Amino acid sequence: MAEFDTPTLKPYPEIPSIEIGSMAHSQPYVAKQDIQQKIGFPGELIDDWEQVAIDKMGELVKGSRALRVFLDSCVKCGACTDKCHYYIGTSDPKNMPVARQDLFRSIYRRYYTLAGKYFPGLVGARDMDKGALDEWYSYFHQCSQCRRCSVYCPYGIDTAEISMAAREIMDVVGVGQKYCNEIIGKAQTIGNNLGLPEPALANTLEGLEEDIEDETGVTVRLPLDVKGADILLVTPSADFFAEPHVDGLIGYAKVFHQAGLTWTISSYASEAANFGLFIGSYENMQVLALRIREAALELGVKRIVFGECGHAWRVAYNFMNTLAGPFDFLDSNYPMPQHICEVTYDLLQRNALKMDPSANDDMVLTFHDSCNIARGSRMGDFEGGQFVIPREVIKASCNHFFDMPSDTVREATFCCGGGGGLLTDDLVELRVKGSLPRMEALQQVVDHHGVTHMAAICAICKSQFSKILPYYGFEMDQIVSIHQLVSNAIQLGGEA
Amino acid sequence: MSLLTIFFTLLFYFATATIVIGLAYRIRLYASTPTPLRIPTTPAPISAGGVVRRMFFEVTLFNSLFKSNKWIWLFGWIFHAALLFVLLRHLRYFTDPVWSWVAFIQPLGAYAAFAMVAGLAGLWARRLLVDRVRYISSPSDHFMLALLFGIGLTGLGMKYVAHTDIVALKAFCLGLMYFDWQPMPDDLVLNLHLLLVALLMIVFPFSKLLHAPGVFFSPTRNQIDNPREKRHLPTATSSATKQAG
Repeated sequence: MAEFDTPTLKPYPEIPSIEIGSMAHSQPYVAKQDIQQKIGFPGELIDDWEQVAIDKMGELVKGSRALRVFLDSCVKCGACTDKCHYYIGTSDPKNMPVARQDLFRSIYRRYYTLAGKYFPGLVGARDMDKGALDEWYSYFHQCSQCRRCSVYCPYGIDTAEISMAAREIMDVVGVGQKYCNEIIGKAQTIGNNLGLPEPALANTLEGLEEDIEDETGVTVRLPLDVKGADILLVTPSADFFAEPHVDGLIGYAKVFHQAGLTWTISSYASEAANFGLFIGSYENMQVLALRIREAALELGVKRIVFGECGHAWRVAYNFMNTLAGPFDFLDSNYPMPQHICEVTYDLLQRNALKMDPSANDDMVLTFHDSCNIARGSRMGDFEGGQFVIPREVIKASCNHFFDMPSDTVREATFCCGGGGGLLTDDLVELRVKGSLPRMEALQQVVDHHGVTHMAAICAICKSQFSKILPYYGFEMDQIVSIHQLVSNAIQLGGEA
Repeated sequence: MSLLTIFFTLLFYFATATIVIGLAYRIRLYASTPTPLRIPTTPAPISAGGVVRRMFFEVTLFNSLFKSNKWIWLFGWIFHAALLFVLLRHLRYFTDPVWSWVAFIQPLGAYAAFAMVAGLAGLWARRLLVDRVRYISSPSDHFMLALLFGIGLTGLGMKYVAHTDIVALKAFCLGLMYFDWQPMPDDLVLNLHLLLVALLMIVFPFSKLLHAPGVFFSPTRNQIDNPREKRHLPTATSSATKQAG
């Protein structure tokens, strides 16, 4: 890993001038043969890969209206050029959304449009060759698929769709990304991204039960594989051990406990995250979605609730019904599936939780909207509920809350810098630089409102910030889970 | 019939056929391509009426662009709004008698041409001066601006510098429509103007000008946010249709 400088935080965000090629060296590790083959892709770059890639491109475009419209419609107006956190943090012009799309579009034009076939120079069309593949591998792994550009595009062009398609094409010719593909393999065989088998999971949950009892004197269960429970909790596996994730898991358990809801985790589907999304693989995404369906049927639950995770919630909210539905075997009174914040919010509305927000008086909080929740899903039954509900849960749990500047939150939120399958140590430079806009926004509320902590509802965001905050002079524990706040504030029966 | 007349008569039939058939083909393609998953950019409307409203403001006021960049919005919106007036104004060459509302907007249309050229100049200046936009521009992006700029300037030239014989022009246009061919006036500026217009019509269905139909088909903008209430299935019936196993 090359040496790099952490960007300096400026009091007012600036759009950098372009520095051509400044991130061309950034590439994640390539997946080895066994990892690739385990999830149905060739183990290494195949012969005749150019033609296979071109054919796959045609097939993908034929099967996706989004791709077809997005590839045709861009007018190169420049509206998106300053919207990507990776461009802002790296100054590499190929990290401007339109330029990233053009890596794909230039090849599409060459083989699938009249203009590109006969006048390639005029329209910027380009052959599929090793140089192009190399650039693809580099820059399609510098997109966190956060969809911020799609908010600002006059045609709603979503670079995430294009980067997913590009990653799928690369997988099909045998050039996959180690981090994502290894994880998908684990989740498909063992049931979670960490490769945590049932006994280890049971052990972990027992340990947490003891911790809660030691701390509160109350017995709060974290059940595993309990048939006939009302609720199946599906949560990112980082919640089982990582900080601050695990404090969030403890918070969910306390909420269920106080509300008197019976619930269980499944060891078969012990993962909310679905990295199939990141590599644009419908089939792999479906495999993981179906595991959750099977677990719900097997355990006979009436509701499915998702823990704090960003892209998992996008898959759960928007895709699950298509991928693994219909879910008519669940209780029709509850939307399928629900987000844990929706559950807690509903209980708060009904005064079913006893909260003492002063328990969090040692913190002044702000909230980081996670991209996939903000721009790829919803909570509640009203437009924009994904912004309101988490904030209401935070405000019910603490007394001091301030939002970051309006152009960095809600639908304009900046990615943490590690989303979209980039949360790996071989991309640390990218992750540090890509978090610049969020760090600048955080610094503003630290300076103006004395904010001490930032809450998040995404396992990737939490892991990313734990790692990145120190680079910018913050402490790693300044990132907290929303349900960690709930956990602190909730007054369990025994001691109230 | 002069060679000039034959050339332009054939050219405009060809250009019209190209844009009509080309766009129809493209629109059919958009409509028939499946949407495997639900991908609206949220927050998105939760009802069909809401989506109609979202699309209406997107198409008429360029809402997203306004959020994005005020300069591009200003130049882009002025250009498109002016182009609309200019196009409507030109209906007078194809209607006899001229519809009253077309007659009514004639003075407005004349000013709109200035606004159109000004908008284009603003967009072109950004393309040349802003390093990010310069980086993403290919020759075709400049070519498209040049084409529209040329059309605007020659149009203004005929209105304010060297008048052309619009009575003869109208006879030519109506002749095209009713297959009763009339001579094309021998006027260099007019001929250039029409040549550029025909070129624009021909490249339309093969170029980024497809953003015009494309915007209506963009799934991130036109999908309803109701995946819980309604199980989304890919709309087209092709083999790409995927069902949960």
